[in-house]
Amino acid sequence: MNGNPSLHLWLIPLLPFIGFLLNGLLGRFLSKALVSTIALLFTAAPLALVVGIAFRFSSLTLPHFEQLAFPWIETSTFRDDVVFLLDPLTLVMLLIVTGVGFLIHIYSVGYMAHEEGYWRFFAYLNLFMFFMLTLVLAENFLLMFVGWEGVGLASYLLVGFYYLKDSAVDAGKKAFILNRIGDFGFLLAMFLMIAHFGTLSFSHVFFTIAQHPEMQGGFLTAIALLLVLGATGKSAQIPLYVWLPDAMEGPTPVSALIHAATMVTAGVYMIVRSHALFDRSPFALGVVAVIGAATALFAATVGMVQTDIKRVLAYSTISQLGYMFLACGAAAYSAAIFHLVTHAFFKGLLFLAAGAVIHSLGGQQDMRAMGGLRKSVPITFWTMSAGVFAISGIPPFSGFFSKDAILYAAFLSPTAGPIVWFVGLVTVLLTAFYMFRLWYLTFFGEIRTHDAHPHESPWSMLTPLILLAVLAVAGGWIGIPKALGGGDQFAHFLDPVINPAPSYEQTRIAMDEQGVQRAATSSTQQEPRGTDSQERLFSLVSVIMAGIGWFFADLLYRRKPGLADQLVERVQGLYSLLVHKYWIDQIYTALIVTPLLFVTRYLLWGVGDRGLVDGGGSLAAGGVRGVGALVQRVQSGNIRSYAGWLAIGAAALLLITYFGFSMQL
Amino acid sequence: MAIPIAYYLVLSAILFSIGVGAFLIKRNIITIFMSIELMLNAVNLTFVAFAYQWHRVQGQIFVFFVMVVAAAEAAVGLAIIIAIFRSRSTLNVDQVNLMKL
Amino acid sequence: MYLVLFIFFAGLCVAGALNLLFQRHPINSALSLIVVMSSLAVLYLLLGAEFLAAAQVIVYAGAIMVLFTFVIMLLNAGAEERTHGSHAAYIVGVPGVAVLVCLLAFIFLSSRSRLATARLGDYVVSTSDLSKVLFRDLLLPFEVTSVLILIAILGAVALASKEH
Repeated sequence: MNGNPSLHLWLIPLLPFIGFLLNGLLGRFLSKALVSTIALLFTAAPLALVVGIAFRFSSLTLPHFEQLAFPWIETSTFRDDVVFLLDPLTLVMLLIVTGVGFLIHIYSVGYMAHEEGYWRFFAYLNLFMFFMLTLVLAENFLLMFVGWEGVGLASYLLVGFYYLKDSAVDAGKKAFILNRIGDFGFLLAMFLMIAHFGTLSFSHVFFTIAQHPEMQGGFLTAIALLLVLGATGKSAQIPLYVWLPDAMEGPTPVSALIHAATMVTAGVYMIVRSHALFDRSPFALGVVAVIGAATALFAATVGMVQTDIKRVLAYSTISQLGYMFLACGAAAYSAAIFHLVTHAFFKGLLFLAAGAVIHSLGGQQDMRAMGGLRKSVPITFWTMSAGVFAISGIPPFSGFFSKDAILYAAFLSPTAGPIVWFVGLVTVLLTAFYMFRLWYLTFFGEIRTHDAHPHESPWSMLTPLILLAVLAVAGGWIGIPKALGGGDQFAHFLDPVINPAPSYEQTRIAMDEQGVQRAATSSTQQEPRGTDSQERLFSLVSVIMAGIGWFFADLLYRRKPGLADQLVERVQGLYSLLVHKYWIDQIYTALIVTPLLFVTRYLLWGVGDRGLVDGGGSLAAGGVRGVGALVQRVQSGNIRSYAGWLAIGAAALLLITYFGFSMQL
Repeated sequence: MAIPIAYYLVLSAILFSIGVGAFLIKRNIITIFMSIELMLNAVNLTFVAFAYQWHRVQGQIFVFFVMVVAAAEAAVGLAIIIAIFRSRSTLNVDQVNLMKL
Repeated sequence: MYLVLFIFFAGLCVAGALNLLFQRHPINSALSLIVVMSSLAVLYLLLGAEFLAAAQVIVYAGAIMVLFTFVIMLLNAGAEERTHGSHAAYIVGVPGVAVLVCLLAFIFLSSRSRLATARLGDYVVSTSDLSKVLFRDLLLPFEVTSVLILIAILGAVALASKEH
């Protein structure tokens, strides 16, 4: 790239922030139409900018481009500035965040039309966009962390949007606190990075790693594992996933945007961005793969027995994020991002469609009270079906290609391996099962709701559904692997980020005050490749598994509805375990929350605060009082005691005077 | 035969200390008052001794003033004692202790 | 010979003082105080203070002590009872007194070399010498003391009069 392209990257996060300020400060006084206009405008503008950038570089290879917004921290030993980065990975994330975000904003205009605090919702939504865009555009870990924390804040605000409801408020707090635990890991990782690299800038850190091939394991593993801790908090993996199902208390557009398409993917993005670091630590990669696979399976099993439509989707999100982690663990980073993209499409679609279903039934979320809706809400039905097929991995929908890429890479990878692949495969079956279960329960069978009059949603809600459905169907076609006849364009697009080779021109144009040009490379880890026919075989296997899952769902929920209950009776214990989510929440409460509360209440408050601090004060006061009481006795009113004290006082004075003088003389 | 002035001073110290002792030990107000007079007398002796030492007459004049003040003090003090006796009907100093905290 | 006089009358002083301490009845104490004062008058004479010796006998022993005796008899003060009023007086006071007397004695005796010796007749102050200084240089304090006595009279009369 030559010249100084003026891309004004700083505008992209700034515009939603302005929208937040306008709606946040003035929205109370504005009409709903005006509030929506502001929100949509300040979300459409960054989308337009991003699309413009995409078109601008559509025929060229997108370079790695950095732009300094302003200097931030400058000390003698450490320097960190607000620098924005644009490269293929960032562009993909930007398109997802602004594109899907914009569609969800449109949807929210319809969905939240009758809600109190309409202006608050859009203000928070714009705030979220600002932070998410900062996270994605950040060129260094610290700025990313700002966005990271900010999206956590926005999530808390939005999950607790119905602040008069206790369960919503608790869910918001839970989300924030668990995120915080993850953030602790992120912070420690940053400290270690400063200690070892002296900087938090991506280019500097990765450059240093590339320059020193002997850096393996050791502290790099420590940094990587700490980053993983942060990612498990944000992306709802084991052990910090428990906030996501509770976060369904928030309005459905929030669940779609934050807890499906964008915020929860920040962890995956962070790992992919730091792949240079992870590549040097096979142990960390193995940990990531195991966590991903375990979470995927675990969440799928719990999702099978949920009755609330949003909870099923929540566990499904956790499970799909597990797939993305699995991909990262197998060092198949472009596959992970590919699945991130397709997941944003179909999961966003599924949540929005679920919202439409709930809206059409007047607020009903329990699937047992739904049924036969496919005739009443046809557009919702067709769009949701697209999502269901996509997530189950049925070809030629998008989910099939992305999941396939992950599973095949996992099988071949030295850090993941066949066991992890097998777990992923079983999860494909379970995913198909519970998604089709949802499909049948909601749209097929006899109508179980008799008081509600299901009606189709307004066009503000349906338009995004249709658009996302198209993307869910066709979105995977950009990444069709060569084995199945495609050009694998997506992986090629991301190659410069993930596998930069010296043959590519890696000029980074850093527009800082001195206009210095820096060239750098980063380490490489080739994505595993097998033979084409092997790949086709694996695809076939996963399609068969998905088909089996569909078959069982069809059997239990369409053809023989009573069979499900009979099965449940037979495996009471197992069913109970699943319905209670493996009692994980209760275990956490007993192991962590209760002891923590105990320590806080009795030790810190009781002993520490009341005993030491208050006691210290009381002791001092009591001491003074005691001394006062003692001294008071001198004033006895008895003349003789006064005389006694006088005598001794006089004697003392004389002694001091005489001996004082004689010492000096 | 010469008598060292120091002997007069020591005598004065002894008288003074006996006066303080009597003040501490006795319980009758009037006796306590008398011990104050004893103390004043001891001090007078010191003044006269030093008046001799330095051959100055001002020492003796001071004794003169001390006597005047002692007389005035005795008069007023005894009047107070009479007033106390009228209200408390006792001359025990331990029972005149209303001014305690 | 003067040493004998000194020792005799000094001993009489101390004896009188101790008697004041140890007697139970205040009248006995008063009478022993008179003895002390008279002995002190003789000691003043030994130190050449003629006028003061006379004033001591007339004012102190003759007026003040008589006043004390009057009051004792007026109030019909009896022998002292044994009451324990204050521990502080004994516990703190007695050591204080002991320290006082020892310290003073020590100081005076150790300064013996720097002090003069008294010989009778070496320095006798006549009344005219005394009055010259009193009525010339110290006239103001003299007048103030007369005011003081006036106030004392007024105070005594006010305090001792019966309320109507």
